[in-house]
Formats: sequence, C-alpha cells, structure tokens
Amino acid sequence: MIQVSHLTKSYGHRTAVNDLSFEVQKGEVVGFLGPNGAGKSTTMKILTGFMPATSGSAKVAGFEVFENPIEVKRNIGFLPETPPVYPDMAVDEYLGFAAGLHGVPKRSIKAAVDGALEKTSLGDVRSRLIGNLSKGYRQRVGLAQALVHNPQVLILDEPTVGLDPKQIIEIRELIKGLAGDHTVILSSHILPEVTATCQRIIVINKGQIVAEDTIERLTTRINKGLIYSMTVKNPSASGIDAVRKVPGVKSVSAVGPKLVVEINPISGETRDLIVAAAVHESMGVLEFSAERVSLEEIFLQLTTVEDHQV
Amino acid sequence: MNIGNVWTIARRDYRSYFNSPIAYIVIAGFLTIMGWMFFFNLSHFNAQAMQYQVFSQGKSPSITDGIIRPLYGNMNVIFLFLIPFITMRLIAEERKLHTIELLMTAPVTLTEIILGKFFSAYLLVIVMLALTLVYPIILFLTGNPELGPIAASYLGVLLLAGCYLSLGLFFSSLTENQIVAGALTFASGLFFWLVSWASQSAGPVWGDVLTHLSLISHYQNFGQGLINTGDIVYYLSFIGFGLFLTHRVLDSFRWR
Repeated sequence: MIQVSHLTKSYGHRTAVNDLSFEVQKGEVVGFLGPNGAGKSTTMKILTGFMPATSGSAKVAGFEVFENPIEVKRNIGFLPETPPVYPDMAVDEYLGFAAGLHGVPKRSIKAAVDGALEKTSLGDVRSRLIGNLSKGYRQRVGLAQALVHNPQVLILDEPTVGLDPKQIIEIRELIKGLAGDHTVILSSHILPEVTATCQRIIVINKGQIVAEDTIERLTTRINKGLIYSMTVKNPSASGIDAVRKVPGVKSVSAVGPKLVVEINPISGETRDLIVAAAVHESMGVLEFSAERVSLEEIFLQLTTVEDHQV
Repeated sequence: MNIGNVWTIARRDYRSYFNSPIAYIVIAGFLTIMGWMFFFNLSHFNAQAMQYQVFSQGKSPSITDGIIRPLYGNMNVIFLFLIPFITMRLIAEERKLHTIELLMTAPVTLTEIILGKFFSAYLLVIVMLALTLVYPIILFLTGNPELGPIAASYLGVLLLAGCYLSLGLFFSSLTENQIVAGALTFASGLFFWLVSWASQSAGPVWGDVLTHLSLISHYQNFGQGLINTGDIVYYLSFIGFGLFLTHRVLDSFRWR
C-alpha cells in the first residue's frame, strides 16, 4: 500500500530525512517512533504530498506521490500535528466541507459526516462551534476529518496529543478498529501508545531508520535473553544451586527471597524445569514471572547506539 | 481544473465572512457611507436643477455628471479602504490556524484553492454592489437617467474592485499576520492609484507608462459610459498577475 524508497529531504544544509526506505502492507497499523525532530513529521508531509522530497520516491495506493499527487491525496486521510480545524465552523459543517474537499459526492456527504461523527463519538457536539470545544474534542474533530472520506490510507501525526486518558484509550481503540480496512501510519514519541495500537514499529532517529520490526521481535532482539524473577518462601543455597543446574540457565542471583534467573535465548522452554527444581528443593514458590524489557529501554538503546556511531 | 472544488472552497470562505462580524461591519459601513454620499449628491443636484429652472442660467445639469459619476467614483475610494479588510484573512488566517495543511493535502490544485478564495471575496463585493442598485432604481423612479453610464460604472467598479482583491489575496499569502496583509494591501492599492500623479513630471514616455499603470486612470472611461477593451484588458491582466503571484507564493510553501 505504501512503498518508500531512498527518500531524502534536506532543508538547506540540514538533512531531515536521510535515505529512508520502508514498506507498509494493506491493512497494517504501523507506528513511527522517534524523538522529537527525528523526521517523522517530514516523512508524513512528503507522503501526503504536502511537500516534495529532495530525492527518492514514495508510492501510496499504487500512485507515485510526486507524479500523481491528486490521486494520492484522494486516497489519504491526514491528521497533521495541529488539527486543521476552523474555529468559526460547526463540527458537522466542517466535516461536510472536508468531505466535499476530498471529492465525496454531494449526495453521500451527509452519510459520510454521520459515519465519521459516530466513529469518533462526536455526535453530542455535532452542531457546536469548533472554537468552543476543548483541545481533546478538537483533536477528535481533526481525526474525524481524516476519516470522513473513508480513505484507504490514514496518516496520523501524533493523534492522541492533548487528550485525557479516557479519550486516549478511545482513540487507540478506534485506530485498532481501523486496521484491516485501512492502512494506518501513526507517529508518536510516546511509546506505550505505539505498543497499544501498532502491529509493527519503525524507529527513526536523525532521519534514518534504526529499527523496523514487530514489537515482540524487537523486544527479544534487544533483550538477548530472557529474565525470569521468582519469589520463594524459603531460599536455600542448595535450592539456588539446583536452579542454576537447569539446562539453559545462564545465571541466578538471589536477593533475599527474590531470585533473578537469566536464560539463554536459544534454550527454548525452561520455565517448567526451573519451577520443578525449586519445588523439589522445597523452597516454596510464591511467584514466578517473566520480566520484559520495556519498549522505553529498547528505544533508548536504539537511539543511544545511533549516537555512538555518529 | 474542477469548478466543483473551486465552489466548495469559495462557499466555505464566503460563509466564514458571515460567521464572523467582518461581513456585517464591512457591508454596514459601506452602505452607510454610500447612502450618505448618494443623499448628498442628490440634494446638491436638486438644488442645481432648481436654480437652473428659476434663473435659466448656467448649463443644464445632467444626472450622469451630477450624480452617477461622483457616486461611483467615490465608491472606488471606499473599496480601496474596505477591501483590505475583506482580503487580509483569506490566506494569512489559514496559515495561522494551520488549516492551510488541510487544503494542501486535499485532492485539489493550488489554482482551485486560489480561485476559490478569490471568488469568495469577489462574491461579497458583488453582494455589496448589488445592494447599491437601490440608488439607480431611485433615480429611474424619480428621473430620467441614462442607462449606459450606470452600467459602465458598475462594470468599471467591479473590475477595479477585482484588482484590489487580487492584490489583497497576494499580500494575504505572504504573511501569517492579518494586519500586515491588510496594511500592505491598502498601501500598494493606494500606490497603484496615485502612480499617475508622477506622470506630469516623468517625461513623455515614462509619463505615459505611469498613466497606463494607474488603476484609476483606466476607470475614467467607464465613468463616462465608455467601455474600452484596453481598460478591460488592463484590469483583467492586473487580476491575473496578482493571482499568478499568489500561486507562486503558495507553491513555495512546499519547498520550505
């Protein structure tokens, strides 16, 4: 659905996007992750035909962005960083305008507006002036604007900025619900957001892709092994020794009743054996859990590694 | 170019004039001043006509010279003052609100956006002009004016207002600040008007050039009921050039 190859954008001497290549399949929800100023918004603006790239090519819905901008724009719904809303218009009037602007035929505009209002649960405020709405509502109106012409591709630049936690959850659910029918690219510098909504993430730093994978695979890739933590009632030296002898266990460290067990990543399923060893030594297992390295840590590792190279 | 897209944009902008106080204030101000001028011209003309009847001296007053010409000549001055208020927001406000991003990522061309904006403002001016039709109607009901000069004056005012609008749209595209856009529109509109003042001292060739450049010297014929192709071509080229420059400015946003 989206193919980007060797995309570069320079502003004078500053390179905002440097030789970016990636693909997004139909129906995927992909997260663009990166610190502020990494080139996320620039990439999105290029994809939406707002600005041309310095070199490279981008294809959306089968159309080359630079050769066929009108066709591309017809197939994209775009929510920029600042929701592009007119404060002096009512919500439904504005959505009707956005629908008309995106080529929705006159007789279907009302249905399109009603659909977008329902998806973003804005029905209650449909006849209010956008200028009188709170920031969260305006953000949702912006999202409704991106959805109103039912585009194949949705490009959302930080869609949940400024929303309260309840609204954030609603918007995330909404975005997840769009997967399958729509192809979605969303950008964020907030990691849990990407974890919550995206199937795949592309980490960008300084205009370059530093990682691109599913969240699970990224986690294991950085983890280089799994860590389990086990809390026991009666820690004993012989028990710890027995756990250490389980095949695949790299190291065991004990602090009071808490044992931290590190496993070689290739050793397969070892949890049964570890727990069995502990039970056999009658340590009294109270709790056993896998510790995950959070996306925050992955992100920091990826972006700091990049810093070392530069 | 898709006329439907132009209309979609024009309609939104036109409605937006009435969503804010702008349209009401501009129209009310315009009609108050025009009404006062019409009243003044009419009573002055009546006094002259009375004098002519009683004393049968001087030349016979004509409605065209006594009312029509000064009325529509003054209307040009008022538009010079009012049109900056109409055009200053057209693009400057879109830039400020970031709504320009909606327009520029929608499947519409820059030409459609610019024409839409231009026609929305033009439509407001046409409404204002339509409301002034009441003055010639009064004249026709009570007197016997010539239709030609009135029709030509309307055409001239319409074209001249189009030039101000085109100029205003261009300055509105240059800045996010509406006041700056409005001030530049007014200053340059006045300059294009007064540029012919220098023609006396500029020598024969440059004097002619300056006279031809002046917005107001092309209006003179219309005021006398003459429709001259040269004047129409001048006004249309002025409008077209302003729209072209606006197109260049909007296009340059994409390269920054």
